Amino acid sequence: MMERPFAITLDVGSSRANKTGSWRTERPVYVHRLPPCSSACPAGEDVQQWLYDAEEGDGGYERAWRRIMDDNPFPAVMGRVCYHPCETKCNRGQLDEAVGINSVERFLGDEGIARGWRVEALVPPSGKRVLVVGAGPSGLSAAYHLARLGHAVTVYDAGPRQGGMMRFGIPKYRLPRDVLDAEIERILDLGVELELDRQVASVLDDMVAGGFDAVFLAVGAHLGKRAYIPAGSAAKVLDAVSLLRSMEGEEPPQLGRRVVVYGGGNTAIDAARTAKRLGAEEAIIVYRRTRERMPAHDFEVEEALEEGVLMKWLSTITHVDGGKLVVEQMELDETGFPQPTGQLEELEADSLVLALGQETDLSFVDGVPGLEIEDGVVSVDETMMTGYPGIFAGGDMVPAERTVTVAVGHGKQAARHIDAWLRSAELTPSVERQSADFGHLNTWYYTEAPRSLRPQLEAARRQSTFEEVVGGLDESTALYEARRCLSCGNCFSCDNCYGVCPDNAVIKLGGRDEPYAFDYDYCKGCGICAAECPCGAIEMVPEEI
Amino acid sequence: MSAEKLKLYQVGTFAVGNRLLDPEQRTVQARMERSNTLTSGHRACRGCGEALGARYALDAAMRATDGRLIAANATGCLEVFSTPYPESSWQLPWLHSLFGNAPAIASGIAAALKVKGRNDVRVIGQGGDGGTLDIGFACLSGMFERNDDVLYVCYDNEAYMNTGVQRSSATPPAARTANTKPLGDEPGNVFGQGKSAPLIAMAHEIPYVATATVADLHDLEDKIERAMEFHGARYVHILVPCPLGWGSEASETIKIARLAQETGLFPVFEAEAGEVVAVSPIRQRVSVEEYLRTQRRFAHLFGDPPRADVIAQLQSRADRNIRRFGLLAEEAA
Amino acid sequence: MRSQLEGSLAVAKAVALCRPEVISAYPISPQTHIVEALSDLVRTGELAPCEYLMVESEFGAMSAAIGASAAGARAYTATASQGLLYMAEALYNASGLGLPIVMTVANRAIGAPINIWNDHSDAMSQRDCGWIQLYAESNQHAVDLHVQAFRLAEELSLPVMVCMDGFVLTHAIEPVELPTQEQVDAFLPPFDPRQVLDPDDPVTIGAMVGPEAFAEVKYLMHAKQMQALDLIPDISGSFSQAFGRTSSGLVRTYRSADADTIVVALGSVLGTIEEVVDELRGEGERVGAVGITCFRPYPLEEIRAALRGARRVIVLEKAFAVGLGGIVGQNVRLALSGHAVSVYDTVAGLGGRPITRRTLRTLIADVLEERLEPDRLAFLDLDWKLVERELQRVSADPRSGPHAENILRDIGSVAASAHGGAR
Repeated sequence: MMERPFAITLDVGSSRANKTGSWRTERPVYVHRLPPCSSACPAGEDVQQWLYDAEEGDGGYERAWRRIMDDNPFPAVMGRVCYHPCETKCNRGQLDEAVGINSVERFLGDEGIARGWRVEALVPPSGKRVLVVGAGPSGLSAAYHLARLGHAVTVYDAGPRQGGMMRFGIPKYRLPRDVLDAEIERILDLGVELELDRQVASVLDDMVAGGFDAVFLAVGAHLGKRAYIPAGSAAKVLDAVSLLRSMEGEEPPQLGRRVVVYGGGNTAIDAARTAKRLGAEEAIIVYRRTRERMPAHDFEVEEALEEGVLMKWLSTITHVDGGKLVVEQMELDETGFPQPTGQLEELEADSLVLALGQETDLSFVDGVPGLEIEDGVVSVDETMMTGYPGIFAGGDMVPAERTVTVAVGHGKQAARHIDAWLRSAELTPSVERQSADFGHLNTWYYTEAPRSLRPQLEAARRQSTFEEVVGGLDESTALYEARRCLSCGNCFSCDNCYGVCPDNAVIKLGGRDEPYAFDYDYCKGCGICAAECPCGAIEMVPEEI
Repeated sequence: MSAEKLKLYQVGTFAVGNRLLDPEQRTVQARMERSNTLTSGHRACRGCGEALGARYALDAAMRATDGRLIAANATGCLEVFSTPYPESSWQLPWLHSLFGNAPAIASGIAAALKVKGRNDVRVIGQGGDGGTLDIGFACLSGMFERNDDVLYVCYDNEAYMNTGVQRSSATPPAARTANTKPLGDEPGNVFGQGKSAPLIAMAHEIPYVATATVADLHDLEDKIERAMEFHGARYVHILVPCPLGWGSEASETIKIARLAQETGLFPVFEAEAGEVVAVSPIRQRVSVEEYLRTQRRFAHLFGDPPRADVIAQLQSRADRNIRRFGLLAEEAA
Repeated sequence: MRSQLEGSLAVAKAVALCRPEVISAYPISPQTHIVEALSDLVRTGELAPCEYLMVESEFGAMSAAIGASAAGARAYTATASQGLLYMAEALYNASGLGLPIVMTVANRAIGAPINIWNDHSDAMSQRDCGWIQLYAESNQHAVDLHVQAFRLAEELSLPVMVCMDGFVLTHAIEPVELPTQEQVDAFLPPFDPRQVLDPDDPVTIGAMVGPEAFAEVKYLMHAKQMQALDLIPDISGSFSQAFGRTSSGLVRTYRSADADTIVVALGSVLGTIEEVVDELRGEGERVGAVGITCFRPYPLEEIRAALRGARRVIVLEKAFAVGLGGIVGQNVRLALSGHAVSVYDTVAGLGGRPITRRTLRTLIADVLEERLEPDRLAFLDLDWKLVERELQRVSADPRSGPHAENILRDIGSVAASAHGGAR
């Protein structure tokens, strides 16, 4: 050990005796902001969290899948039918293009099925019994969560097969039945009892008879609305809902060579595309407003057009008869409302399919004290409970946007509230998180990485078969797509903070939950870490002086 | 069925590291076992670019030399804030002699190592722009000419910061310093020819010359690593913003260094034996105004009256750099 | 081995025998032959292993030596005059850091006006920088002092400058006994640094020290230098045993034990002084000489002892403190405080003006015959007429005040004498 002449020569690292943390007026803290994808998901998935797992590849896929399953038992279905509001809100959309969250979810869902991943109940049996009315997305989701929470669940469905609108409303070419069956089977494997062809005439009676401690109603809106259109005796008019339902039967319905579908929603598109596959030479959608005003999602319109479906905008049907119908041209007034012009036109049509909305048969809740109905749907409070204690409802039969994802979300919410209600406990509210806005990001660090496109079936095959039109991503592409996620507001271990601190005051711990910690003994509060965090997971807060 | 080909990770090329990246592809700074050659407890200002640049350069050099490195430091901010008796932040053998002789003492150390047959130990000389470009210039040139086996790193914060922000030959035109205040007809520093240390180093035809900033860590580390592959005189010039002297936010040090590069005001390139061999192209070009607005040392250009003429002159310097070095990708090809 | 060779070459060979590992070289008259000779020795491999750095200035030379020494190499350089001043900052740095660098200073006058010939103004200007200062009287003495200097420097961890009169010694061809490599190796062990830059045991050298500790550091440096007063005689004694000849360490006396009048000087002029002493002794005068070899640290006790008994002390020096007076003279007076003795400060040989036996005899005669007053600065051989003419010329200047008038009065009053006196 060499001599150190007084004061001239110093030991290495002796500066650590100087705790420069005392200089600070503000300190950095790691935060977990709520990214817009997670915030937007109607099923309440923490999208960013499962993308974090998925992007690790290998074992990460199953971890990601399990995270999704904590909130949503239908990832493979979602990956095909969800309208992905997460992608609409995705912050990456402001950079280049939104992350293909939906395609990654589909990949994970398909992996789950292919590899036979299972889920278990989270707690021992509670001894409570819950009745779920309707084996559609909402009912099955509720059943799944309730079963995981230890309750004995029985599902009644009036129809011959389980699945609700997933089977009877969404065509095969959008949601192959084997995928649907596999995901429903997984729910039933948790011990959920299913009774098909079991109509509920009076919910209160069935509740008592079955000894159920609570009920979740999820019968959906399974009746097509009928509008009054003057019709001749030879007119062949049917509603889209019935048409699509009948596709699950043995005999495909006969629609003729020219089919007109009246309406502008997704059901209208499904009906038209189905008609084409059934052999119609022409399938024409007649809609009273314009394409921009169509409630149908634009990509569905695109796919329909690619398949040769024709669109007739700004038109209403005034008369229908055998072989033809009369269409009146409309024009939009200043408020965007269509007004008749008086100009009429004849259109050849062998059948007319009405896709003008759906409604519910609510007779089975007649006389339930306290239960209120308004505008054809059942009112529920913030716990998804109706006016009758212990009877909850969700899905298309309560006021909501009518999508599978919303329905699934209702099922989860209701299940959690039912669970709390059964235990006479309060549901612990989730921690409020600040939103992760685009402005919190430092986008410099993200590379140019254009979004992946999903493969599509060639046009010829689309028109003649019910094979799935939109394919999935292969593994490497799904992985790439998951890695496009900016991880808004949540650390993904990029090491930036660890690297950019001039005072070496960030400690790298490794690990997922707390990958780094600030060394407040030395942190001077300069804020470079917060400024250079790509995803905005660091916030500067005033120091308590 | 068609699908897109796999491309880059979302973060990794530009960030310090990433858990998804192969450790070898991460920077030295991302690793838990990095040397922390300049450790905590030093007295640099909050957000000091030089403290950051020094750790970056030395950790990279320590890695490249397997920890067998000796540093010679000039007088200046780095030396003063890192070694106030009784505290030293250095974790490697380190010598400070005078303001103007860092290159010369480095030469002496290199000669001693050579004569003792210690060819495993390498030498780094370091100093600020004042110590390198002005008072130490003769020694620097001598070291270059003799091709002594020294990597010299200049941390350029564009003024004599440690003595209170006085002008050096590296101070950019129009900048305010303590002795180039915005008074009179020519506010701020004069519009001279500048003094490009990297170009002068190249004129000495030494094996390796490079410029870098603290905003691009991968690039900086690559250059230090590359420099260590050579023997002989090497020079790396790193732009390190100074929040105090430049009048900028402490949190914006890296952002400002990035803007310096993206405007073209600070060209980032590499040269070997006197010829430019590589250029780091501008990724998202910005006007000099965006850069100038971040620093109060240029505030007088936006004052009353605003000096659009001066800003235009600065812009044309940036434009010239872009042309001269081919800093925009389509020109760099 | 005894040979006739030029002083510079002798010193170069002596330095080479000491196995320096790093030599930094910048040329300046009259040191050039030293660094040239060392270059040859390195090139032929006679001096190996050794790195010979041709640096860009004297500042670079001392800086490179600092770096090399701190990294554990035995470091050497040489300079003179302007070069010594150019490295002044580095001199203080080397002594402050305690680095055992050895340097030859081929004493030469400092400009302006530029002058390449010998006097002591260069080394004297740096007497307080913390370096040990040794003054060689002859080329043999220079050779011997260099060998001792390395050992002294490394034992104390302080830098040492060996001063030898430029041209007078450096370019004089004299018989010199050079030691063998074996002898030097036995006398001078390999350099074992007190502190060193080493990745295996890293330290920070050269910290900034504030008011709370700076004074202590400086005192410790002073204390360390004072240790040389004990160490030099030790080393000098070891040298005698090893090499078979005495080599003055601190102070050398010549016929001074019973002398009434003693001449004190540094450097090569002592040779001439000794001849004059012999002549005067032959004439019955009790005259002697004292040579100061080690000027820093200042051997106060040794000088006091050497001058005890003298009634008159003549200090002959080749530099002076402008605006004040003699430098060596003041230092000698320190050693004589309390003694009843007259001290005569005489400045001679500035800018290379020769000091002859005749002028020395005249000086001593003037002292003995009381034509020269003590305590007044005298200038040997000054052209008083020229000086008077010049001063008269500028006396019309209304800015001249009492001091200027005094100078004029002094000149007027002793204009007839060969020596002037000035306060």
